Amino acid sequence: MSLPLVVLLPFLGAIAAPLFAQGGRTAIAIASSVPALIALAALYPHWQTLADGGVVLFTAEWLPALGLSLSFRLDGLSLLFALLILIIGLLIILYSRYYLKAKENVGKFYALLLCFKGSMLGIVLSSNLLLMMIFWELTSLTSFLLISFWTHKQDARRGARMALAVTGGGGLALLAGILMIGNIVGSFELDDVLAAGDQIKASSMYPVALTLVLLGAFTKSAQFPFHFWLPHAMQAPTPVSAYLHSATMVKAGIFLMARLYPALAGTEQWFYMVSFTGMATLLLGAYVAMFKHDLKGLLAYSTVSHLGLITLLFGMGTKLAAVAAVFHVINHAIFKASLFMAAGIIDHETGTRDMRRINGLWRYMPHTATLAMVAASSMAGVPLLNGFLSKEMFFAESLELNLPGFWAWLPPLVATLAGIFAVAYSARFIHDVFFNGKPVDLPIYPPHEPPRYMKIPVEILVFACIMVGIFPAISVGPLLYAAAAATLGGDVPEYHLTIAHGFNLPLLMSFLAFFGGLLMYSQRQRFFDFHARFKEIDEKAVFEAVVLRVENLAHRLTATLENGSLQRYGLLLVLSVIAVAAAPLGNLGVFIGEAGLSPIDGPTVVGAGILILCACLTAAFHRARFYALVLLSVVGLLVALAFARFSAPDLAMTQLSVEVVTIVLLMLALYYMPSWTPLETSKPRRARDIIIAAVAGVGMTLVTLAMLTQPFSSISEFFLENSKPGGGGTNVVNVILVDFRGFDTLGEITVLAIAALGIYAMLKNTALTPPPGDGQGHGWTRDAHPLMLRLIARPMLPLALMVSVFIFLRGHNLPGGGFIAGLITSIALILQYVASGMIWTQDRVPFKYHSVIGVGLLFAVVAGAGSFAFSYPFLTSTFGYITWPVVGKFEVASALVFDLGVYLTVIGATLLALVSIGRLSPHSAIKSTREGT
Amino acid sequence: MELVFALVIGALTASGVYLLLRARTFPVIVGLTLISYGVNLFLFSSGRLATGAQPIIGTTDTYTDPLPQALVLTAIVIGFAMTAFVVVLSLRSLADHEDDHVDGHQDAKAPQPEQNEEGTGK
Repeated sequence: MSLPLVVLLPFLGAIAAPLFAQGGRTAIAIASSVPALIALAALYPHWQTLADGGVVLFTAEWLPALGLSLSFRLDGLSLLFALLILIIGLLIILYSRYYLKAKENVGKFYALLLCFKGSMLGIVLSSNLLLMMIFWELTSLTSFLLISFWTHKQDARRGARMALAVTGGGGLALLAGILMIGNIVGSFELDDVLAAGDQIKASSMYPVALTLVLLGAFTKSAQFPFHFWLPHAMQAPTPVSAYLHSATMVKAGIFLMARLYPALAGTEQWFYMVSFTGMATLLLGAYVAMFKHDLKGLLAYSTVSHLGLITLLFGMGTKLAAVAAVFHVINHAIFKASLFMAAGIIDHETGTRDMRRINGLWRYMPHTATLAMVAASSMAGVPLLNGFLSKEMFFAESLELNLPGFWAWLPPLVATLAGIFAVAYSARFIHDVFFNGKPVDLPIYPPHEPPRYMKIPVEILVFACIMVGIFPAISVGPLLYAAAAATLGGDVPEYHLTIAHGFNLPLLMSFLAFFGGLLMYSQRQRFFDFHARFKEIDEKAVFEAVVLRVENLAHRLTATLENGSLQRYGLLLVLSVIAVAAAPLGNLGVFIGEAGLSPIDGPTVVGAGILILCACLTAAFHRARFYALVLLSVVGLLVALAFARFSAPDLAMTQLSVEVVTIVLLMLALYYMPSWTPLETSKPRRARDIIIAAVAGVGMTLVTLAMLTQPFSSISEFFLENSKPGGGGTNVVNVILVDFRGFDTLGEITVLAIAALGIYAMLKNTALTPPPGDGQGHGWTRDAHPLMLRLIARPMLPLALMVSVFIFLRGHNLPGGGFIAGLITSIALILQYVASGMIWTQDRVPFKYHSVIGVGLLFAVVAGAGSFAFSYPFLTSTFGYITWPVVGKFEVASALVFDLGVYLTVIGATLLALVSIGRLSPHSAIKSTREGT
Repeated sequence: MELVFALVIGALTASGVYLLLRARTFPVIVGLTLISYGVNLFLFSSGRLATGAQPIIGTTDTYTDPLPQALVLTAIVIGFAMTAFVVVLSLRSLADHEDDHVDGHQDAKAPQPEQNEEGTGK
């Protein structure tokens, strides 16, 4: 249980810490330290297990179908990284307390820092690769926020965006790589993946998977050619740089390589990709670092170079090299964190980081200077300090690398050269900053020592540098052994952690690097002149230009596709549907399937002929809107007949009543609209539309024909068999609606209700004056509501209501039901509006249609939820029989209540829609009903 | 019979699509209505065409597939709600823009109407 706790605690802390921001920086710093302290205490009991080569596991299911589980794993390697993250994190918290100014948003800072810490812990402790991926992305996001903490600085925002783009892009590649690995292994659990190393390497997908995973690692760990984001991330507050670039963020890629080392390493592809990338990064970083005038810029490129060194060690593929790599991870984290902190102190106390201005600080801050000089010496690889030990191992390994013939001298040469550069830039860091004359026009003068406690983290780290440097076996020996064992899968080679191995070739290389570096530094002006001859590329400008170009391209593409014309979208939509449907339709070949055609009969053909004719005429005469509407209603009625002809009485009744309501609706709309459509499209364009329409029509004909002549089997046997015994009704369609598929119906009447309310809301405060006439010189008739219509309509209401009740009640057994009954009632009411006007009718309707919708939905939900009371699932129905006078034996099903809900919702929605439209006109009381006459 | 039915759906689709591509809201609504007729008939016919086989237990010997019918029944009602919504959308657009062009405004580059074709629309 302690492992998920370790990961979760920082996130909880991130929520809690800002609450302490009111209490000042000290309070929030203490509060932010709590999660790490608890986590360290929680990890401590596991130490013995891990030292013995054991593994602590925690597994909880999350999404087993995806292979994603909440599993965490603690072994030597993850412990090493967790300790670095936690301990350096604690020092950073203390350091930030003094680095940040009181007026800054410390709550946000600590919350982000803790989120980042939790994400990093998640990466190193996850045992499931997908889970690790989630934390991996979280580090990208949180580091983005941390780098851009000073949001007012444009450089910070751009640097953060660049970091996010590079590491986020790498994250995508990594995700693909992980998915491929999971595909090969059949599991995302680390134990399975590590055990399946041979299987992965033998797979044909291995080269691609490895490349993708390495892309993820290289982008995160700032390997060439993705290194450029790291120096620009230096716009972050220095504690963030110290944390991200020593122990965490950039080490995530290194961690990934170490973690998957048993599964992926040991092939030629691994060797060439990893070692050459590492070599290039090592050399490039070391070379550029020397020419940076910015203190943090120097450290940034030095970080790039050291990351390259570690990568190169992993790439070499020997076991000793992997041990050296893990060792250098520890050493680099320690000295680089302290150097960043020292740089932050100098920046803090002088107001600048430009090494051309900060000179001779030894006189002003000897204490800080001593600490920084020790750490920088460690970076250079001076004996008796930790950096020396791992660098020595690195030199030794570079000699062991047996490349064929001519290439054999390359690794030692690169190693020595990088060593020379490292000594040179370290010497520059020491000499330029603390000696080399007097400070030049500092913003803060005279500089002095920082607050006492700000130096404590640096002191602790520098002390660690010395301890590891002098007593390596005692100080880090066991931890290194556990981590190396976990990295290599238990098989640790013989190695010796001692200060001196006697006089050998690696030591010679160290001497060469040391004196070569000092010589180089003393001749630095020549190198500067040489370097100045090359035009420096500003990666940020290049990156911004690329971003800008992509953005412009996207804008242009959007503007081309999306020009605001609905007409055009409609065209594109239809065209794409035709394009998508064309290929499968073409492959279909034969359009009359095995089932063949059934015989035709005269009346049906005549009906179909009229329907086709009217549909075409509707299109042909659409400009005369009223005629088009009349023709449309004929089409609708014939569709209803078609349903009736082909054994669907319920559909016929529904279609008929909907048709009536639709036509009334469209007439009502036409009242406000011009009654003629102007002719505004050109002839070719209309010809084009006719061709498109014809293609669509032919396509639909062929699809329908192909479908109808295929033999088929249906799942409806179940409904037919169970309708009567299970649902208590003989009208299977209705039983399906209110019982078998009741939940669908509930959703559908909800949609109906939402549409009606949307209509109401959309028209609520809108007024629309109808045009004075039909555009052809005919005005509106001035008659009041016609007497005859009124007289006929009024007695119709009770009759129609009675019919609707009858239709409703019999719906379960015979054609009818809530939908149809609701529509009939609506039509009866609409008739009153048409005949007698809005005010007259509204006065006599004692309820609001909104409430009818509400009550209807309530009935439906209550009818469904009622089955909970009897411990049945939602919408389970029951039924019984009662004997009813006149009607006879009558069946009462609980589904009837549900159907009543449908009935009410349909009435409410239909009338709300129509009345909302009718009310639009300022003179609605008199006029809105007129077009019905 | 299947061929006749398929032609009906084809005709509904063709006229619907043609009207859908018009520039004014009212023809577009009419076009949508025609298309929804076609779609409803198409979905309904996925249960195949049978005469005298209404799915009401005890009235016939064989029953046609009731499931597409149930689906189409709600589709008809929802289709009405959709039509009503689009109608209101067009009314609102008319109220806001004082124009019933589907783009909310007439394109300045639209070709001049041809006076001699008044009345047919095709």
